[in-house]
Amino acid sequence: MTGYIGEFEELVLLTISGLGDEAYGVAIKEDIEKRCRRDISIGALHSTISRLDEKGYIKSWLGDPTQERGGRRKRFFELTRSGVNILHETKALRDELWKVSKTKLALNK
Amino acid sequence: MESIENKTGAQQMKGNRPSRPPRLANRIFEWFCGRAFVEDLLGDMEEMFFANLKRMPASRARRKYWRQVLVLIFSYAIKRRKQSSSYSHHSYSLIHPAMIGNYLKIAARNLLHNKGYAFINVAGLTAGMTVALFIALWVFDEVTYDHNFTNYRTIGQVWTTNKVNGILLSDRSTPWLMGEELRNSFGSDFKQVLQSTWTEAHNLAVGDKKYYKRGNFIEPGVTEMLSLKMIYGDRNGLKEPHSILLSASVAKVFFGDADPVNQMIKVDRTEVKVTGVYEDFPRNSSFKEMSFILPWDLFVIRNPFLKQMEDPWSGNFTQAFVQLADGADFATVSSKIKDIKIKKLKNAQDINARPEVFIHPMSSWHLNSEFRDGKPAGGRIELVWLFGIIGIFVLALACINFMNLSTARSEKRAKEVGIRKSIGSARGQLVTQFLSESTVLALVALVLSLLIVQLLMPAFNLVADKQLELPWTTPVFWLASIGFSLLTGLLAGSYPAIFLSSFQPATVLKGSFMGGAQASLPRKVLIVLQFAVSSSLIIGTLVVYRQIEFARNRPVGYDRGGLINMLLTRDLHSNFDVVRNELKASNAIVEMSESGSPPTEVWNSNSFFDWRGKDPALTVEFPNTDVSYEYGKTVGWQLVAGRDFSKYFPSDSAAFILNETAAKFIGFKDPIGEVITWNGRNYKVVGVVRDIVVESPYEPVRPSLYRLCDKDGGNVALLRLNPEMELHQTLSTVENIYRKYSPSTPFDFKFVDEEYARKFGDEERAGRLSGSFATLAIFISCLGIFGLSSFMAERRRKEIGIRKVMGASVISVWQMLSRDFLLLVLIALVITIPLSFYFMGAWLQKFGYRTDLPWWIFVNTALGTMLITLLTVSLQSLKAALTNPANSLKTE
Repeated sequence: MTGYIGEFEELVLLTISGLGDEAYGVAIKEDIEKRCRRDISIGALHSTISRLDEKGYIKSWLGDPTQERGGRRKRFFELTRSGVNILHETKALRDELWKVSKTKLALNK
Repeated sequence: MESIENKTGAQQMKGNRPSRPPRLANRIFEWFCGRAFVEDLLGDMEEMFFANLKRMPASRARRKYWRQVLVLIFSYAIKRRKQSSSYSHHSYSLIHPAMIGNYLKIAARNLLHNKGYAFINVAGLTAGMTVALFIALWVFDEVTYDHNFTNYRTIGQVWTTNKVNGILLSDRSTPWLMGEELRNSFGSDFKQVLQSTWTEAHNLAVGDKKYYKRGNFIEPGVTEMLSLKMIYGDRNGLKEPHSILLSASVAKVFFGDADPVNQMIKVDRTEVKVTGVYEDFPRNSSFKEMSFILPWDLFVIRNPFLKQMEDPWSGNFTQAFVQLADGADFATVSSKIKDIKIKKLKNAQDINARPEVFIHPMSSWHLNSEFRDGKPAGGRIELVWLFGIIGIFVLALACINFMNLSTARSEKRAKEVGIRKSIGSARGQLVTQFLSESTVLALVALVLSLLIVQLLMPAFNLVADKQLELPWTTPVFWLASIGFSLLTGLLAGSYPAIFLSSFQPATVLKGSFMGGAQASLPRKVLIVLQFAVSSSLIIGTLVVYRQIEFARNRPVGYDRGGLINMLLTRDLHSNFDVVRNELKASNAIVEMSESGSPPTEVWNSNSFFDWRGKDPALTVEFPNTDVSYEYGKTVGWQLVAGRDFSKYFPSDSAAFILNETAAKFIGFKDPIGEVITWNGRNYKVVGVVRDIVVESPYEPVRPSLYRLCDKDGGNVALLRLNPEMELHQTLSTVENIYRKYSPSTPFDFKFVDEEYARKFGDEERAGRLSGSFATLAIFISCLGIFGLSSFMAERRRKEIGIRKVMGASVISVWQMLSRDFLLLVLIALVITIPLSFYFMGAWLQKFGYRTDLPWWIFVNTALGTMLITLLTVSLQSLKAALTNPANSLKTE
């Protein structure tokens, strides 16, 4: 295993990949908030994004200025190769753990 | 950008009150993030804000926005973005070495490209800084006078205020018993009480070496009070009456570098033993003249008459110094000792003068030693203020100029700013650029002015009668001068830096930028200020010189050229007739006489005069001089009534010659033959002479009396040199004869006219200094308008071209360009003239013998200032007016 990502980091990475070409700050935030039904602050989100960027799992580019944002540009994110890899590794680890602990985790019918 | 925001807000709210993210929050956020790239974050937050607006009230959305901003500010995201330059859209920080190099390089290029501008600016600022530096050093020297004494705060001198000749006069002379009485009655208030003589010249001799040196007889406590730094011996050296402490310089003269302790030295006719050598007092100290110290007891031994005085408190011929006890203060002690003298007096005349004793603290000796009506009335401090203010003004002029020129200049650089901005210059970089240009100039000016100050220091010291030097090794000095230059640079650069860097590149590049009336208003105010200052300096200088000239041309009542005076030794006196005949026979002199004092000083003044019809309540004090028969002929006084003293009238041994003022003051209709009583003896008035100016040439002459000296003779010899002989020949003849008859004393003499000229020292110095400052102020102001007019002409080049094409004459263009400046100077003069009329009038009031304030001084100054302005402006305006319009218009 080459790296380690936290739960929130994983969430952000997955959301970015899920949003595809529309993965910018507000969209990521709203998507996570909708799915997880939890309020996240823009500060927390961008801190995480900064860390992911530092670790090389995502990259970003600036979009064109748009009127809704007072003429400010959006910063779009996408996964890098190693970002995709780490997600796979994390998932593999999870699957393995799931397999091991299947019986005990079974939901009551 | 803000207009777009506004529009968006309005669209979102659809006619409601336009709601938008709290601007303050954005400001704070942007300020906090500095150069970090946060455009996307701001965008995100704004998008969310407008989304929130649809779900909740605006106030809540705003609160939420604030929260977001605060959370973001303290988040890792911002920290990281601030650290990493990859988010910043310019890759160098403001103070990156490469950027600093660039600022300096561009600054240097700009300055070299505009050499004239750079020269004018640096020259002006250098001149201002030079003046300010000189004045600062001078003022510092003045206000730290006597600071070398450890007990500076507690030392004082005993002064007395008397009512004489109908006015209150304060002076520092005391009866010789003053110290003893202070010690006995008020001992607990003082740590030291020291009776002292004046600092007088004495004949010091060791073997063949003999010189006149100045020193005091003073009580032994002086060594502690003045914290003498002993080089040889210790501070107990004055306990034994026949001892002497020498200053290092005097010790060197007599004993070289050897330790002189226990050597014998002859003071006049008394042998004393050297018991110590102390470091010379610094030049800016009240005791600088005291080059040796003798014990007070020796003075008492040498003058047995002291103990035989019937009324010892009546004569004031010594001085007294005190050092206060811990915790005592001058005001309280002064009020305690107020009546110490009047209680001791016996004579009604003396008591009528109502003497009040007080203590004058050392901190006021040098700068605040004038008293009027018994109250402190300033003194030299006025000169310090005057120069201080001049210094600040001249420096302010220079800075104003500097700012004016930088600003005017920068308007031409608006396009440069536009281009720099559009290719990505950040505002901070532009600000730094402008600031570094002006700071470089200011520092160059500082270096130049330091050099000039160093070079001119000897000349300045000569004029100012000081020994100042630049305190190269004092950190405070460096801190102050560099700090000041930086401040000037920053201030001068701040207007262009902030104003220009705020331009919208598009507006500037389209060419719609104009300085406009608003931009030039502060500049106009500054020009008015400049000329107000420099023209008032001119008026001040003219008035000072006029007053000096007026006093210098005052009739002095005798002929002071070719007159020398020397101390009269006992040998000289006993051989007076022989010496006089020999000198006259050798043709070296025309006449010679004895006198109680040199004609430039009052050594003796007395009170106990009485005459027919005198108001019994009036206490008088008349300077009186004992003279020999030849005095009148020697000095060349002018009799207006009666006759000179004469050997044919034996009764002349009890006769007075009055000066005109005395005759007037006493009030006799015909003074000749009247009788004046002095100490119970009757003197007949035999003559009245024209007033002789003995003391200050700025004050009215005091009523004075002359009488013949007794068998002991006078104190000085006066010689009227033969004008037909070569001076050096005359002097060597005089010296030879002097040495023959008075071998044990040094041959030392003074020219009376030189001594008289010294009376003008202070005012002459003030005049010369303020004259040079005024010249510099004018120079700086002219540089300023020269620079400004050249920019004005440059900016209006095309306008002038078009005007000329349309038929304007050279004269009309010249008028158009010069009028504005002339108008400003006129306004300045309207402000200056009444002000300086008032202040110079007040200055003249302090002289008893003063000139008037004629109107032509003001008119001439006004005309002169306008003429100079016109000439300076014309240099530029004529050039502009004469330019061929084809040249100025062809580029478009």
